Amino acid sequence: MKITFPHMGNLYIILAAFFENLGIDFIVPPPITKKTIELGAMYSPEFACFPLKINVGNFIEALEMGADTIIMAGGIGPCRFGYYAQVEKEILTDLGYKCNMVVLEPPKGNLKEVLFQIYKLLQGKDLNNIIKAAKIAWLKAKALEEIEKEVFFYRAREKVKGMTTKLYRKALRIIHETKEIDSIKSSIERINKEFKRIELKKDHDPLRIGLVGEIYTLLEPSSNMNIEETLGELGAEVEKSIRLTEWTNTNLILDMLRIKGELKCRTAAKPYLNYFVGGHGLESVGETVLYANSGVDGVIHLAPFTCMPEIVAQSILPRVSKEKNIPVITMMLDEHSAEAGFRTRIEAFVDLLEKKREEKLYDEQKLLSWD
Amino acid sequence: MMNRNFFLGIDVGSVSTNLVLIDSHTNIIKKIYLRTMGKPIDAIQNGLRDLRKDIEQDITIAGVGTTGSGRSLADTIVGADVVKNEITAHSIASLSVVPDVQTVIEIGGQDPKIIIIRNGIVTDFAMNTVCAAGTGSFLDRQSSRLNISIEEFGNHALKSKNHVRIAGRCAVFAESDMIHKQQMGHRVEDIIWGLCKALVRNYINNVAKGKEIKGPIVFQGGVAANKGIKAAFEEYLKCKVIVPEHYDVMGALGAAILAKEKIERSRRYRSNFYGFDNICTGCYNTSSFECTGCSNLCEVIKIELNGEILARWGDRCGKWKLLNHSGKISNM
Repeated sequence: MKITFPHMGNLYIILAAFFENLGIDFIVPPPITKKTIELGAMYSPEFACFPLKINVGNFIEALEMGADTIIMAGGIGPCRFGYYAQVEKEILTDLGYKCNMVVLEPPKGNLKEVLFQIYKLLQGKDLNNIIKAAKIAWLKAKALEEIEKEVFFYRAREKVKGMTTKLYRKALRIIHETKEIDSIKSSIERINKEFKRIELKKDHDPLRIGLVGEIYTLLEPSSNMNIEETLGELGAEVEKSIRLTEWTNTNLILDMLRIKGELKCRTAAKPYLNYFVGGHGLESVGETVLYANSGVDGVIHLAPFTCMPEIVAQSILPRVSKEKNIPVITMMLDEHSAEAGFRTRIEAFVDLLEKKREEKLYDEQKLLSWD
Repeated sequence: MMNRNFFLGIDVGSVSTNLVLIDSHTNIIKKIYLRTMGKPIDAIQNGLRDLRKDIEQDITIAGVGTTGSGRSLADTIVGADVVKNEITAHSIASLSVVPDVQTVIEIGGQDPKIIIIRNGIVTDFAMNTVCAAGTGSFLDRQSSRLNISIEEFGNHALKSKNHVRIAGRCAVFAESDMIHKQQMGHRVEDIIWGLCKALVRNYINNVAKGKEIKGPIVFQGGVAANKGIKAAFEEYLKCKVIVPEHYDVMGALGAAILAKEKIERSRRYRSNFYGFDNICTGCYNTSSFECTGCSNLCEVIKIELNGEILARWGDRCGKWKLLNHSGKISNM
C-alpha cells in the first residue's frame, strides 16, 4: 500500500510527518504547478469548483509515481465538497487508474465510520507509535502556523522585498526535514532568529487586511494567485481567519465539543446569517464581522468560482460592509490565469484602504484641533 | 514654453493605448489614442513618435506615469515614475475634471468598472468578476457585423422610435437574440437601441450590483463616445450623465496627474524616463522560456532592448526578476 493525499497549503508537511512516523509508505504529490492544474482542468467537469480540479491533478501525478491509495476528506451539508471524493474516484477510474480511495467523513456524519476507516489504515500498528506520530504531526502543524504569523508580520514591513518569502521557503524545508520531536522546538528557535535579522522599514504602519472565504482557496497559494505574498509586498499585513489546526479541531477531532472559536464566529454572524449554508459561508460572514470589530482595515473574501456557500456570503457581505463600515471585496477564482486583472483589483483595494485611513487620520486631527 | 515641466501619462489597455501630455497646471497639451492591436510595445513606440512630432523638440518630461493592464510592461519600456492601477488613475482623472463627482462609470474595451467616490475619496469600486464582459469589444464586433462604423453606432440608437428588448445577460445571448430580432424583421436602429439598453441593464445588475449611484455621474472610457449607451444610462438612472471632454484618455490623464503629484512632492527627484530617442529607436524583443530551477516550471518572460536584457518576470521565486533592473520591477 502506497498512500497519497491532495495538497492544501502546508498540509503535506504534517501528513508526511504522520505517515513517516507510522512507517506507512506514502508519496507526497509533486508541488502544484501549471501542469497539475492543466491535468486537473482537462479531466474534471468544467463547472466543478477549482479545488476539485487541483485535487484531480494531484492524484494523477501521484498515481503516476506509484501511489495506489488516496486519502481524502469527506463533507456534509449543502456544499459540493461532500461528493468530491466520489467524483474524483469516478474520474480516476474512467482514466484507467486502479486505486483505493479512503474517505474520512467528518464526525458530524458518522463518527463510527471515521474511526473504522482510520482503524483500517492503522491496522497492526503499535498504539505508542500512533500516539507519537500524531504528536509530531500536531507539533509541526502548530510550528507552521507560528511561522506563518511571523511571515505576515515581516513581509509587510521588510526593507528589501522578497527576503521574508525566501526565508519562509527555507523554514518550510527545515520543518519538513526535522525528524525528532525534540528538535522541532530548536528548529523554530533557529528560524525565529533568522526572521529577527530581517531589516524593517522605519515608520511603516502597515494596513491590516483580513482574508475570509472558502478554506481551500484560503490555504492553497496556487489557487489564490499567491494573494498573501502579493498583499505583503504591497506593504499590507495579512490576517487569516482559517488555519489548519483550527480546521482540524472543528471538523475532524473536537467538533462535538463545539470549541470556543467557532461559537464566537457564529454569534458574530447571527444578525446577518443565522443558518448553516454549507462550507464556510457562515464563517465568512462571521469572521468579517469579527475583523471589523477588531479594527482591521479591510477584508478580502476569496472563493472558487460557482461556490454556493460563498455566493450566499457574498450577497450578505455588502450589508456587513455598510453597517460595520469596513471595505470588503470578493474575488472569485478558477483556473484562468488572468493575473493582470486580479492584481489591478488588489492594488486598487489597497489604495482605497490607504485613502480611507488618511481620511480617518485627518478627521481625528480636526476633532483634536481647537478651532 | 521652454522652462515648463511636462508630465506624460500612458494607459496601455486591452483595446487602446493612450498617451496624454500635461503641463504643470494639468492642461492637456496633447493626447493620443491608438489601437493596441495586441502589440503594446509597438503601440507605445508609435504613440511616443506621434507625440514627439507635434510638440517642440526641447521640452523636458519631468515625470511619467503608467496605468492599464499593461502598466508594468509600459514601465519597463519607458521608465516610469509612477505605476498605478486603472481604478485609482481613473478616479484621479475624474476628480480633476468634475471635483464633486460621486460616481464614475468607466467602460473601456475589456473591463467595465464602477467607482464610488464620496468627499473626494474612493470608497468603493467594482469590476466584472469572472466573466470578461468586454462591452467595448462586443460593441465593436456588433458594429462591424451590422456594417455600421463604430462612431456612428450610437447615433443609430437615437433614431429608434420602437422598443425592442434584447437579452443582456451575456454577450453570447445578446448576440443570438439580436440575430433573432433581425430575422424577425425589426429595424436596425431599434435593435441597436435595445442593445444599448441591455448593456446598461447588464452593467447595473452585474457590475454596479446594488451600489448607491449618486450624481454627479461621470461616464468615461471608449464606450462613452456611444451616444446610445449614454442615453440609455440617463434613461435608466433618471439622472444626467456627464461625459468629459477627454473621456477616451482619462486613464492616461490620471497617470500623468499622479506622476505630476509625485514629482512635485519631492523636489530633488529625477525622472526615470528613458527619453524619446531611446524608446522610439529601440529594438525590443520579447521571448519566454520555462525555468527548470524547481518544480514550479514558471514561464519566464524576457524583454530585450537592442540585445540587452531589460527585464524578466513571471517567476514565482523571484530568481530571474531580481537579477536585473536594480529591483525596479519588484516595485510594480
